[in-house]
Amino acid sequence: MGILDSKTPSGPLAEKWTKHKNEIDLVNPANKRNIDVIVVGTGLAGGSAAASLAELGYNVKTFCYQDSPRRAHSIAAQGGINASKNYQGDGDSDYRLFYDTVKGGDYRSREANVYRLAEVSGNIIDQCVSQGVPFARDYGGQLDNRSFGGVLVSRTFYAKGQTGQQLLLGAYAAMNRQIHRGKIKSYTRHEMLDLVLVDGKARGIIARNLITGEIERHSAHAVVIASGGYGNLFFLSTYCMGANVMAAWRTHRRGAFFANPCFTQIHPTCIPVSGEHQSKLTLMSESLRNDGRIWVPKKLEDAQAIREGKLKPTQLKEEDRDYYLERRYPAFGNLVPRDVASRAAKERCDAGYGVNKTGEAVYLDFDAAIMRYGSEKALTSGLTNADDAQVRKLGEAVVEAKYGNLFQMYEKIVDENPYKTPMMIYPAVHYTMGGLWVDYNLQTTIPGCYAAGEANFSDHGANRLGASALMQGLADGYFVLPYTIGDFLADDIRTGPIPTDSEEFNKAEKDVMDKINRLMSANGTNSVDYYHKKLGKIMWDKCGMSRNAEGLKEAINEISALRKDFWENVKVPGNANDKNQELEKAGRVADFLEIGELFAMDALERNESCGGHFREEYQTPEGEALRDDKNFKFVSAWEYKGEPKDAKLHKEELVYENIELKTRSYK
Amino acid sequence: MKIYLKIWRQKDASSKGKIVDYTMNGVEGDMSFLEMLDILNEDLISKGEVPIEFDHDCREGICGTCSLQINGRPHGPDRLITACQLHMRSFKDGDTIVIEPFRAKAFPVIKDLIVDRNAFERIQQAGGFISVNTSGNTVDANNIPIRKENADKAFNAAACIGCGACVAACKNASAMLFTSAKVSQFALLPQGRVEATERVQNMVRQMDLEGFGNCTNTGACEIECPKGISLENIARMNREYLSASIKG
Repeated sequence: MGILDSKTPSGPLAEKWTKHKNEIDLVNPANKRNIDVIVVGTGLAGGSAAASLAELGYNVKTFCYQDSPRRAHSIAAQGGINASKNYQGDGDSDYRLFYDTVKGGDYRSREANVYRLAEVSGNIIDQCVSQGVPFARDYGGQLDNRSFGGVLVSRTFYAKGQTGQQLLLGAYAAMNRQIHRGKIKSYTRHEMLDLVLVDGKARGIIARNLITGEIERHSAHAVVIASGGYGNLFFLSTYCMGANVMAAWRTHRRGAFFANPCFTQIHPTCIPVSGEHQSKLTLMSESLRNDGRIWVPKKLEDAQAIREGKLKPTQLKEEDRDYYLERRYPAFGNLVPRDVASRAAKERCDAGYGVNKTGEAVYLDFDAAIMRYGSEKALTSGLTNADDAQVRKLGEAVVEAKYGNLFQMYEKIVDENPYKTPMMIYPAVHYTMGGLWVDYNLQTTIPGCYAAGEANFSDHGANRLGASALMQGLADGYFVLPYTIGDFLADDIRTGPIPTDSEEFNKAEKDVMDKINRLMSANGTNSVDYYHKKLGKIMWDKCGMSRNAEGLKEAINEISALRKDFWENVKVPGNANDKNQELEKAGRVADFLEIGELFAMDALERNESCGGHFREEYQTPEGEALRDDKNFKFVSAWEYKGEPKDAKLHKEELVYENIELKTRSYK
Repeated sequence: MKIYLKIWRQKDASSKGKIVDYTMNGVEGDMSFLEMLDILNEDLISKGEVPIEFDHDCREGICGTCSLQINGRPHGPDRLITACQLHMRSFKDGDTIVIEPFRAKAFPVIKDLIVDRNAFERIQQAGGFISVNTSGNTVDANNIPIRKENADKAFNAAACIGCGACVAACKNASAMLFTSAKVSQFALLPQGRVEATERVQNMVRQMDLEGFGNCTNTGACEIECPKGISLENIARMNREYLSASIKG
């Protein structure tokens, strides 16, 4: 397989990781002090990797564009983190978590990586608890769990609707311990603009100090890219405003293959778009699907009356509602995986059953849950004769305790009370499964350059299950990278510090400066957002929840033309040696305009439907995704060759030795 | 709606700043406050002017990046939200809105509405952690049972997003609410008790070094805190600090 060797260890699945750890090279503690590692991005993957590497003894430099590492967007993850602890005794195991993840990813992920993820998942919870992460607990003082989409067990640990925040603060605390000891130097308000290769190895980065505009050179013996996903190329998404693909994309331009760019997650439960001014979309956690029932009106005339404001959802009788997920997927009901739930919502709205002004919204209704919890609470409180109003009040209190912050968030944005009227939701871009191609060691195709968390492609296949992103980020950072990076660094114990005055650094800095100068001198009339919004519309219309060959071909041409126009007519005000948010945005959008085209090419190449990638040409008569394992059971890994259209496709054939490939069914 | 804006403009840390007037037409209630500023900035760019810089990122009230003083109040007129969650429906046609950066000696202005809050990071670096290795070789998570009440209180303290509204709201620019939330989170958990003495001493020492003011118990911080962090945390930190002083 040449260059795309996954380096998966031999041996039985459950023993691979242990065997591998026993066989790889280690660096002795005294030598670690002479080795530098750069970590770009400080979310769960980057933050945990930096803390662990520093604790091992390496000298770590972290880079983030935010004013603090703890503001990385992992902080916004709401619902929870999976682990195969089986605390509930409901039949969970490493194998089941592994199986669910591979199946949920529609058989497009690497078996050995996913098994390792499941294997270390329990340890993540132990680790976080010992660091003081305040997970939700029951009255016996033990950890509580809830259920997420695509699985039949309760394995999700959570901290109200702020699990990501608590885990990130935990990782940041671990970082702080190392910053305090001088083992991590944290560069905030810094953005990586290029990767520097010396003798074919990743040996440093060029970064811009976002306050002074200064271009800086930083060297190291290895570089970890943990800069998250690229979903912001859709303009509207649940990502934070600053999320970008720059670090990963510039690494790709320097030789790292980019894998499965078209595998994007469109999350089913987000607050619908309210108007032209919209700058971002807000997620309502998947955990809400534990208790919320999704529906639209059964009759078109009712849907129309609701859209026109003549009918309220609460006035619609039970028999006039179509709980379409429960109808189509009785086994999993409202807890089908995200890709399935999103497509089903789009199908109903396209058919004319949407419930808001734009016709692009469905209901997420908590009424049944409120009454169910209320009855239970009434019984346990000894209120045997409680009337409906009392039961409702008690039930609302239970729902508030579980999801209070989400309900508050909804009310602030939409100006409606979700305890009294059903929430309106619609799918939105949320996560990218694609990313830098990595082998079993999380090393990219550039020696010494690693990718962790959402920035790599490895564990989620064509669709990620809920509460698995936090698990993967922390697994990569705390427990995988610190081992595997040693295998590479063992060769560097005699290298000594990497100088930053070499030809390679000169050249990389010049490339960066040229690019900035080109942006500053374009002197057109259109703002950066003008291009970003145009790109987003092309992506959403032609590369979104469903795709077809014709639309993808159009998208490729349109993005290419838009990119050309951008470089000629963009207007970046201010100057480059100052704080300049427009220049920051311009650099990011320039990269989105490249990856967007590769995204469409990848989607066009993949003539099948799998997970979040739904090609209209490939579906069953019932509208379910039609996978083609004979021809597409591979990871697409693109090599940069100049213009996106010249990118060269490599394939990593996926081998399934422990799981039988089946048609994914949630019926 | 027509909205009159008075916005703090300052080129950089060393330049003198001033209030500049802008007028916005066609503002809709469903717009978020920051989306209103986005539109103003688009307008400035089209006129060839330098747009207004302000900090923001998640735009869903959790990252703690946004830091606007709106009509004299951190994060604006609404309770329990950050500026990014504020919507224009909280204002009415013809309103004048004054927008400034968070003001405190320990939060110097970087540009326009952006301030440097690194003082908060240094307080956390001084002791806001539990010294446990990240090897994963620790006890099983359920071997540390924690009373639900304490777990919930620790969570409520840990919900602090470190935005700095407490400092901006305080007439003394005190960082007691922030620091006490971080101290409390660990003090309430058995895992955090081991280092509790050193933690509170180190964090309070760093807080004082950063030039934050003293606490005079006015409670403005709790009222303006977007996450409703309770004043109880300050009481808890004082208790922790006192007992640490006695222990030496």
